[in-house]
Amino acid sequence: MLDSTPAEPPTGAAPLLRTVGLTKRYGSFLANEAIDIDVWPTQIHALLGENGAGKSTLVKAIYGLIQPSEGEMHWQGEKMVLSGPSQARSRGIGMVFQHFSLFDNLTVAENVALGLDGKESFKDMSARLEQVSRVYGLPLDPKREVWQLSVGERQRIEIVRTLMQNPKFLILDEPTAVLTPQEADQLFVVLNRLKAEGRAILYISHKLEEVKRLCDTATILRGGRKVSTCNPKAETAASLARMMVGGEIKEVRAPANRRTTIPRLVVNDLSLEPDDPHSVRLRNISFELKGGEILGIAGVAGNGQDELFAALSGERLAQDPSTIVIDGHAAGHLSITQRRKLGAAFVPEERLGHGTVPRMKLSENALLTGHAASGMVLHGFVNTAVTLKTVDRATETFDVRKAKRDPEAASLSGGNLQKFIVGREILRNPMVLVVSQPTWGVDAGAAAVIRQALLDLAAGGAALLVTSQDLDELAEITDRIAVMFHGHLSEPLPTADASREKLGLLMGGSTLGQKEAAHAAGA
Amino acid sequence: MQLVLEKRAERSNTIALISPLIAIGLTLVTMSILFAILGKNPISALGVYFIDPLTDSYSLQEIAVKATPLVMIAIGLSLCYLANAWNIGAEGQFLVGAVAGSWLAVKTQGTDAGPWVLPAMMLLAAIGGALYALIPAICKVRFGASEILTSLMLVYVADLLLDYLVRGPWRDPKGFNFPTTAEFDPVAAVPALIEGGRLHLGGVIALVVVAAVAVLLGKTIKGFEIRVVGAAPRAARFGGFNSNQLILLTFAISGALAGLAGIIEVAGPVGHLQPGISPGYGFTAIIVAFLGRLNPVGILIAGLFLALTFIGGEQAQIAMKIPLDVTKVFQGILLFYVLACDSLILYRFKLVFASPKVSSGAH
Repeated sequence: MLDSTPAEPPTGAAPLLRTVGLTKRYGSFLANEAIDIDVWPTQIHALLGENGAGKSTLVKAIYGLIQPSEGEMHWQGEKMVLSGPSQARSRGIGMVFQHFSLFDNLTVAENVALGLDGKESFKDMSARLEQVSRVYGLPLDPKREVWQLSVGERQRIEIVRTLMQNPKFLILDEPTAVLTPQEADQLFVVLNRLKAEGRAILYISHKLEEVKRLCDTATILRGGRKVSTCNPKAETAASLARMMVGGEIKEVRAPANRRTTIPRLVVNDLSLEPDDPHSVRLRNISFELKGGEILGIAGVAGNGQDELFAALSGERLAQDPSTIVIDGHAAGHLSITQRRKLGAAFVPEERLGHGTVPRMKLSENALLTGHAASGMVLHGFVNTAVTLKTVDRATETFDVRKAKRDPEAASLSGGNLQKFIVGREILRNPMVLVVSQPTWGVDAGAAAVIRQALLDLAAGGAALLVTSQDLDELAEITDRIAVMFHGHLSEPLPTADASREKLGLLMGGSTLGQKEAAHAAGA
Repeated sequence: MQLVLEKRAERSNTIALISPLIAIGLTLVTMSILFAILGKNPISALGVYFIDPLTDSYSLQEIAVKATPLVMIAIGLSLCYLANAWNIGAEGQFLVGAVAGSWLAVKTQGTDAGPWVLPAMMLLAAIGGALYALIPAICKVRFGASEILTSLMLVYVADLLLDYLVRGPWRDPKGFNFPTTAEFDPVAAVPALIEGGRLHLGGVIALVVVAAVAVLLGKTIKGFEIRVVGAAPRAARFGGFNSNQLILLTFAISGALAGLAGIIEVAGPVGHLQPGISPGYGFTAIIVAFLGRLNPVGILIAGLFLALTFIGGEQAQIAMKIPLDVTKVFQGILLFYVLACDSLILYRFKLVFASPKVSSGAH
């Protein structure tokens, strides 16, 4: 199937954009190697690939943010050299980044004005902003300040800002990563409309179903090289995944004999004031998690997941000890070290700088969370033999690939470092594991290893709380799913009943019928 | 063709070791140019600076004596800097330590107090220096005040306090109105290691401090906490390490070592309390700490090297009429190059030859 399926027939004489042998080298590392792609008007062209496959490097070159080491770009049949994004914009290339560049304390209109060349008056610009947002069905109030807006609304600002430059070619980098399923559907309507207007869209994603639904052509990258260009509608999700990963992905299987036991993590009416103006207040969060059970927390990023992690881990303390109960012990007032001693373990979302010290060795990073127990410290002195042994065991059990026995954390790839971090915690045999985004930015092989390890840990009787933006991941490994919205946590739904539609509604803030009364009483 | 700075996959330990040597080399080249501009022969000037002091016993001992306070202060500073706490006020902590220890020497003057006086003076000096260092540390932890500014400003407070004491209450009545205390009693003086020589017990204490801190940083959990809190504050919180507590701890240790160095200087080479007991040891120690890679053994070597510049500077002033301030210029240039060369630990230079396929617009 690799090259038999032709791309959709071109609708113009020359492609809008063509890259020929585009190569980008960072030192000895080839981020992009001889990539040829053609993007035609009136097409949504997907760029598919795992993290580190070279998608971002390629679009950065097209948007003029980096200069290719070798190869050429052609724009409407003519050779194009870009020394910066402003040159790309003047040709009609626009880009919506995955990470927004907005000023929280400025209004929508002010933020948009900052991104434009400033030749029109602020009043005219505001009027045009309202018009563009109305025409494309992207409602925005120009006078609201950005910090009050949801992530979906912030993305709208970025899209409208780009559309106001009337681009012929629009690049979107993982636009649905931060959206609820319903918001994603609305975005697809907008993108199809832009396509119908004759624009070309380059759509970066690793979500296969979405690409099959939306895109006319897909170029698949792996390890910096182009694997294939194909028609995604003619492929199956499995065949696309094979091309992305370069092999079969191991099926994750829940052990059959899993039984729930006693409550191991209980949260009673936990509320926590934000510690800075832009973080989220946790409101009356309650749940009970039994041994052998995996509870998933879904939700759009920035709805209090980070704050909940800080409260559960003890990085921030709760006022009332009884709000958090770990294995029968009131723990709200205990430090993270004391909670670890009670048998809890934590895996934060950010691998470098939070889960590990980037420029320290793995053995030192084993000590970072292992010092409370495990015999790593005796009378204040560190036992390096024990810390090194932890590294070896994690390496062996979780297949951590590294250049030498004890390298610096920062030198490992994302997937291998995440396997080490999860392994480091699991090797301590925790009874409670709180893990945030376990496979974020991790290659498919490592993700399968990590998910299997989480399932096995639950089978061993531990209670797991897994926060993730990836609904497929939650569907795969959890027993129940709750949704966080504006610092509230919904009643958990059994995973079997948690359809994407139901979760999407909860992620957008609506309450499901029968829960409404309960929420009103709680507020 | 262009020269690019390229990130290394892992920090280079080789460069970490030789980067100070590159920095010293570059400094010597710069100094040669400076000497030439001043109309002196660069070769003979560098000879007077760096070779002559190594050729006689007196100068060698003097280097060790000057290196003692530099090393002790720099060791303490390195703990602060590793923890990302910027103590710039070691000079003040040095002076306050000298004052606190001298208080006992002045009070016991002429009495038949026993040999407990010197150890007690050292203890007082260490406590005084630690308490003085805790002022900026507490202001930072409690109110978020910049420790860089507060610790630096407290240097001038300490300087004036010492000045007041030796001109007022502690002035030697038989001192012809000079601003100085009386010469300390023998029980209040740091004993010399060799009869009639310049080397004194302080040098041994400095070596003990080097060894102790090397163990602290390399082998203990506390040392690990200090390194983590400086390298990745969020990871430190995740590890359960209290950064505020570590800021207080490192400032207290640093202040105590500076204070101890202060009393050793006063009760050793100087022999009495007077203004100008420090030619800027507390500031030069900042250079020593960085030149020594914030590593105890490195600091020991760097301390000896910087002490050499003090001695060489004095000899160059006598022999070649080169102003003494050139020593400070030298030290400043050296710090500049040390910090610049440090980027080579994480980056490397690479010559990139334009390949024929690269479009000419890419610069």
